[in-house]
Amino acid sequence: MSQLENLYREVIMEHYKNPRNKGLVNDPSYTTIHIKNPSCGDDITVQSKLVGNYIDDCRQDGHGCSICCSSASVLTETMIGKTKEQAQLIATNYLKMVKNQPFDETIDLEEASVYTGIRQFPARVKCASIAWMAFLDTLKKEE
Amino acid sequence: MENRYRNDFPKLHQEGYVYLDSAATSLKPQSVIDAVTHYNQHLSANVHRGVYFESYEATRLYEESRQIIAEFIGSQIEEIVYTRGATGALNFVATAYGLPTLQEGDEIIVSELEHHSQLLPWQAVCAKTKAKLIYLPLNAQGRITVDGFKQVLSSKTKIVALTYVSNVFGFLTPVEEIIKLAHQVNAVVVLDAAQAIQHVTIDVKKLDVDFLAFSGHKMLGPTGIGVLYGKKQLLSRLEPIEYGGDMNDAVGKYTSEWKDIPHRFEAGTMPIAEVIGLGEAVKYLKHVGLDQIEHDTTRLYRYTVQQLKKIDGIQIYNEFSDAGIIAFNLIGVHPHDAASFYAEQQVCLRAGHHCAQLVIQWLGIEACLRASMYFYNTFHDCDQFIKTTKEAVSFFKSVGF
Ligand SMILES: Cc1ncc(COP(=O)(O)O)c(C=O)c1O
Repeated sequence: MSQLENLYREVIMEHYKNPRNKGLVNDPSYTTIHIKNPSCGDDITVQSKLVGNYIDDCRQDGHGCSICCSSASVLTETMIGKTKEQAQLIATNYLKMVKNQPFDETIDLEEASVYTGIRQFPARVKCASIAWMAFLDTLKKEE
Repeated sequence: MENRYRNDFPKLHQEGYVYLDSAATSLKPQSVIDAVTHYNQHLSANVHRGVYFESYEATRLYEESRQIIAEFIGSQIEEIVYTRGATGALNFVATAYGLPTLQEGDEIIVSELEHHSQLLPWQAVCAKTKAKLIYLPLNAQGRITVDGFKQVLSSKTKIVALTYVSNVFGFLTPVEEIIKLAHQVNAVVVLDAAQAIQHVTIDVKKLDVDFLAFSGHKMLGPTGIGVLYGKKQLLSRLEPIEYGGDMNDAVGKYTSEWKDIPHRFEAGTMPIAEVIGLGEAVKYLKHVGLDQIEHDTTRLYRYTVQQLKKIDGIQIYNEFSDAGIIAFNLIGVHPHDAASFYAEQQVCLRAGHHCAQLVIQWLGIEACLRASMYFYNTFHDCDQFIKTTKEAVSFFKSVGF
């Protein structure tokens, strides 16, 4: 099986075909961040809603390649219900993983761990990153 | 069949490497690499200054390249200005010519085929001068036509800024007729020849074009060097946009005088090795011959399109390219996903909007794949590309696209 096949076989296709938490809400209690990847036209918006210290909801919308769209979907599922600190820890660790930088392997990335395969495709790291960067920005913006 | 030029390109010695991205940048022949190295290794001296041998020799080669390029496009030597690339050249025209001459109500004709480097400088100039960008209507295929041009040409037209060959479709613009018509209303024509210079014989005098820009790296030369051709009487009227060493004649405390064209526009130390490399690239193009290049490239292109059309699940956007470019998609597969598949097979092509977002919008798509071939490609390369495309279609189907 090629590395590409490995990558697509798993969670990625499932989320690409059946994206979770897709569609934005027009609600001021959500924080919204929009990121574009101008080189390939990926275009993703992420919303998060904090209640107390918990991520009460996380939504996403946009278009792009399968890596980009699926990782946005996986992001939302991973984040809902986490504390803000957990969420930040997971997201920063995930971003280090896809960039092939040293990361803390004891932190459970849940389904997002399949994106470890992206390291074989450095040109696609951006695709796997933009939704997660947008998410971190929503948390920052709330501060 | 053997390709007799292939050996001249060291990058092609790599086993299994299928390079189909020549519209992004061409490969470099050994002679160009050697010319660049010769300067760095044996000369490494600045131009127009030292009196020692190395400096004299560097200056000679630097100016000899200008002569070679001038002959290549039929211009006078002083009409060749070295720039950073087509981008630098087009920005120069917009800033040095457009900005001071345009007024509110003036019109600049452009098209949706323009590369961002022939669009954004004019947008910026329009924002400052209140001149207006006017888009000529493309025909159904996406071509610039004389008819479409006539529909927007008027006495308000001051500048016509068009691509000579589109970098997404590879369509050739009917420039002869357009230039004639533009001159009837005294408009100045600026052609972006970045995708034309390596395919089409250009004679700037016959064309009577006012400004013409191209990049070295798409015509077998090094990166970081390009050319602006400008008619002498136009260039002579322009103020420099950069000031510094080498471009001045007499420097006073409060005012100074500039050298004549073209040196007036080449402030500071230029990319000397790259200039010399570009001269060598032109020699190589002449040695092969643009007619031969066109013949070989077209043969490969036609063959590949015919094969590609037979594959189910492929959409081709430009079946009749004039410059060996195929813009296409795997239906239902984002081009970035597809490009990774090709990359795994060492088939190099490009995915995205190709710095021409308006064409992509015109097509009503998000992005596309682009395979572009040149005379150093072989039928074997094309077959590898077709084989990989077939595999890609079935792969993406198998994983659920
Ligand atoms: C049609 C066209 N114009 C302009 C450019 C810009 O060339 P450069 O990036 O070398 O300045 C390109 C290259 O991508 C092009 O294809």
